[in-house]
Amino acid sequence: MDTEMTSWEPLQRRRDDAGIVWLTLDVPDGKVNTLSQRVFAAFEQALAEVAADEVATGLVILSGKPSGFIAGADIGELATMTADEAYLASRRAQAILDRLENLAIPTVAAVHGPCLGGGLELALACQARLVSDDAATQMGLPEVQLGLIPGAGGTQRLPRLIGLSAALDMILTGKSVRSGKLVKLGLAAAAVPPALLRQQAADLIERLRDGNEPTASKTLRERIVDSAVARPQVIAAARKKLLEKGSHLPAPFKALTAVEQGLALGMADGLAIEAKLFSELVGTAVNRALVHVFQATTAAKAAASRAEGTTVTRLGVVGGGLMGAGIATVAAAAGIPTRLRDADSAAIGRALQAVDAHFTAQVEAGRLPVHERSQKIGLVSGTLDGTGFPGCDVVIEAVFEDLALKRRILADWESVARPEAVFATNTSSLSIAAIAAESRQPERVVGMHFFSPVPKMPLVEVIVHPGTAAAATGTVVALARRLGKHVIVVRDGVGFYTSRVIGAYLNEAMHLLADGARVEAIDAAMTAFGFPVGPCTLMDEVGLDVGQKVTHILHEAFGERLEPPAGFDLLVTPLRRGRKSDRGFYVYDEPGRPVDETVYGCFHDRPATAPSEAAIQQRLVLTFCNEAAWALSEGVLASPDDGDLGAIYGLGFPAFLGGPFWYLDQVGLPRVVAALDDLATTVGPRFAPAPVLRERVAAGRPLCGG
Amino acid sequence: MQPDSARRRAVIVSGRRSPFVKANTQAASLSAVDWAARTLAEVVAAADMDPARIDQVVCGCVLPPVAAPNVAREAILQAGLPRRIPGLTLNRACASSLQAAVSATEAILAGSADVVVALGVESLSQMPITYSRALLQALQGVKQADRVQDRLKALADIPLGDLLPAMPAIAEASTGLSMGQHADRMARRFGVSRREQDDWALTSHRRAAAAQEAGRFAGEVHPLWAPGGDPAGIHRDTGVRPTTTLEALASLKPVFDPAFGTVTAGNASPLTDGAAGLVIMAEPVARALGYEPLVAIRSWATVALDPADELLIGPALAIPQALQRAGLTMADLDLIELHEAFAAQVVSTFNALESSDFAGAYLGRSEPVGAVDRERVNVDGGSIAIGHPFGATGARLLLHAAKTLVRTDGQQALVSACAAGAQAMAIVLERV
Repeated sequence: MDTEMTSWEPLQRRRDDAGIVWLTLDVPDGKVNTLSQRVFAAFEQALAEVAADEVATGLVILSGKPSGFIAGADIGELATMTADEAYLASRRAQAILDRLENLAIPTVAAVHGPCLGGGLELALACQARLVSDDAATQMGLPEVQLGLIPGAGGTQRLPRLIGLSAALDMILTGKSVRSGKLVKLGLAAAAVPPALLRQQAADLIERLRDGNEPTASKTLRERIVDSAVARPQVIAAARKKLLEKGSHLPAPFKALTAVEQGLALGMADGLAIEAKLFSELVGTAVNRALVHVFQATTAAKAAASRAEGTTVTRLGVVGGGLMGAGIATVAAAAGIPTRLRDADSAAIGRALQAVDAHFTAQVEAGRLPVHERSQKIGLVSGTLDGTGFPGCDVVIEAVFEDLALKRRILADWESVARPEAVFATNTSSLSIAAIAAESRQPERVVGMHFFSPVPKMPLVEVIVHPGTAAAATGTVVALARRLGKHVIVVRDGVGFYTSRVIGAYLNEAMHLLADGARVEAIDAAMTAFGFPVGPCTLMDEVGLDVGQKVTHILHEAFGERLEPPAGFDLLVTPLRRGRKSDRGFYVYDEPGRPVDETVYGCFHDRPATAPSEAAIQQRLVLTFCNEAAWALSEGVLASPDDGDLGAIYGLGFPAFLGGPFWYLDQVGLPRVVAALDDLATTVGPRFAPAPVLRERVAAGRPLCGG
Repeated sequence: MQPDSARRRAVIVSGRRSPFVKANTQAASLSAVDWAARTLAEVVAAADMDPARIDQVVCGCVLPPVAAPNVAREAILQAGLPRRIPGLTLNRACASSLQAAVSATEAILAGSADVVVALGVESLSQMPITYSRALLQALQGVKQADRVQDRLKALADIPLGDLLPAMPAIAEASTGLSMGQHADRMARRFGVSRREQDDWALTSHRRAAAAQEAGRFAGEVHPLWAPGGDPAGIHRDTGVRPTTTLEALASLKPVFDPAFGTVTAGNASPLTDGAAGLVIMAEPVARALGYEPLVAIRSWATVALDPADELLIGPALAIPQALQRAGLTMADLDLIELHEAFAAQVVSTFNALESSDFAGAYLGRSEPVGAVDRERVNVDGGSIAIGHPFGATGARLLLHAAKTLVRTDGQQALVSACAAGAQAMAIVLERV
């Protein structure tokens, strides 16, 4: 064991002729550098040796990984720690970085690629930071996204370096800053071409040694903001903003406290407070849920990157509606030449204008260099007759949900497509096998369920029917990743995974309406639970007519469990189709968006007593999770992790609960089954628990990792 | 001349063009690069070929944008074609995309390319405007001045007149006359009356309108959606006037010479935006890729004469030269596509081709070139009706000649265009 430890060497140290020590971090067995206890130990030793080296004239810390500087702490290691262990680990890391900060010689972090979390905290302990001007270079403290706060001095050093408001912007949101903005913020001394990073780092060491490097000076505005007089107002405003977003996530509040206390009491006390607050978060339910989501996401990305198929060089999209335009937009963003087909010329024109508007907005928001705008827009071209489709590697149809129409488009494509091309159908409810039933080559037909609005929604649900070839699946999985989406692959079946789960959930909201709940009470209960919008608002956005259609498809397929309440069909009228008709559960063209009180009249015998908020939440959340479990029982889902990712990225299930399966595990499966059994008796048999839940209870195993 | 089966021929495989749109109307927001990129994408899609097969793109453009002078290369990048394809932009005035096709052909015959896209484009809505040298110098001074007061002083030194931009001249650099003035002069010299000009303009519109009605441009014109324009898109050339009459044309006032002129806005080609492109391949390569080529490029000629003598008569010299190289006569031609800069120029060209005096003075032969069958010239209208985006016209003529020759089962066609600077080109096409 000991011999193994000594051969594990994450740091290389070399002193050049000028006396500069180059400390290169290259953690073995990983694509990226992460900071574990062992890596910190190696740093501690190396710093002690540098401090004792009388010839050393400066220290440059850099990465041996081409992929980046340091991605952050070792999350797997953190997940196993108790609060006490986490406190000690934090204090130790702080002490090591203090030693780095207090070295007598100039220190520079030379950063290329991501420099995140503990990586940035390390860089902050250097006297100066030099970054490459590469697009991959970014700095950030993403700890809050995992339910944590920085634990190695980040809450203390960052505000002191770049000012309170800029630091809070980074620490409280976890968002990272790209290379170009780093110098402006004062985080980096300069941004230089990657090839010059080492040479410029050496020059910077020299300037620091000679005292020729100006220390970062805060702007007048920052100085005012940081003054003791203004500080309470800035902190209060930040706290108010956090409260507006809800109190499900404790980490940003603790981060704010750490910053506030540190500035008030000084660095030493600030570090102690940071370590204490950090350790209070490690291992909490939210932290573990977010780590679960992060790890499931990372594993899904890795699995998707192994997908084998054709690399799409040209894409065809059928249908110039919102979906088609959205798909063309993300394809252009990914640099894929795209032909957009529609029989209606004006639909193409509107779609092209939507693509144009998207990239124009990107430029205005500073997210796209202006010279790339016309190149992105130029990638999308319209066609009325399918000219260019024979050359497309993948064609995605995104016309409205009509089986005959989709079959006709498939047949049309088959008559011109080359043998290795793939046909993807973007449907939210129709069976892929049914669409492919008349196909001559059903093996190259696959489902690709995008979510609206496509550029914003991060999920693509890939659906395979029994005859789909692995290569076809691989091709669209790789395509979806290039389009920047998370991918889950599910088996064909009515409503696949996401549509049947959201369908069951919305259906239960209708039952709650019929059982006396008010529209705004249902929505408020679910946003309080952590969903971004309530089910009634969601139904208005989707369209009541669309919801009605899907509800009946699901009812027909799954029977009693997904039967809508009596009166449901009365809800949908030509004038009440949701937001698009300005009237749904809410009235959109009246100030304050009041509830349309006439919706209650659709349900006869509506009881006078309304269900409580807790009852609303329990019925809706358990319906959501139980339907997900049904999908797992039936083999639609390959794993609970896929179900968690699909629910979070596609349906807005709260990430801090880890997804439906993770959530059920946390509640405890025996409790879940008991609650479902109880609801099945008191409310309706639709609540009968899915088989997998009873099986796992019997086996004493959880859903996730079980 | 018998076709030599061993000879490597250049063949036109397919092509597409944009609708030609009157300048400063629906599609004025598109730059020359935007036009070229759109049409390039359509040409590649219509040819149903792997874009990686393209060896080069050659694009004719007379007034390229100052910010992107190599339109061909920018169009390759903007259309999402493989980035390793080289792009060349060339200028032979209004014969530019005839030159693009000839350059493609020459590269193929020389063996340095197998597949070339010959493009032509012009946005007259976005003519590059230039400023006086004095202004540019003064602005340099402003840039170099260190102190604010020096900058203000440098600015103050600029004469007001220098602030006005210079529009690109349609006037000839060598003669100082506008092209329209040259056309008026030409009409007088070749005895072309106002009535003859208006007659030809009417013919151009009527034929173009009939061709649109019959869908004869359907396989040539791709739809165009312009940013900020009507989402329904543009599907046909916008300059064609199906209802125009001789009376309406006769009522127009001469534009260039109010006293004695005969050239009007009605019998001249209008300022137009548009792009056109052709896929030209070495014949064996086309066959190997499974294409049935439309036509082969059999011969061509490029001529120039003294601009002070006659500016627009070049086709009457280029046509006999190209015919001679192909071993053909006027009578062998099933089809002629002749660029209509002005009706005066078109009729003057007819007159010159049929004149023994002209043959004697310019061609050194006593016999005229030959009778021109007006029914075979611009059978579906010409530049007067369809419009004239300078750089794109040549490719339009070639595309329509190739398609029409196939449709009508003809054997030989001739395409010709005059160009500023008293130049002209002619190309003979033959069925394969």
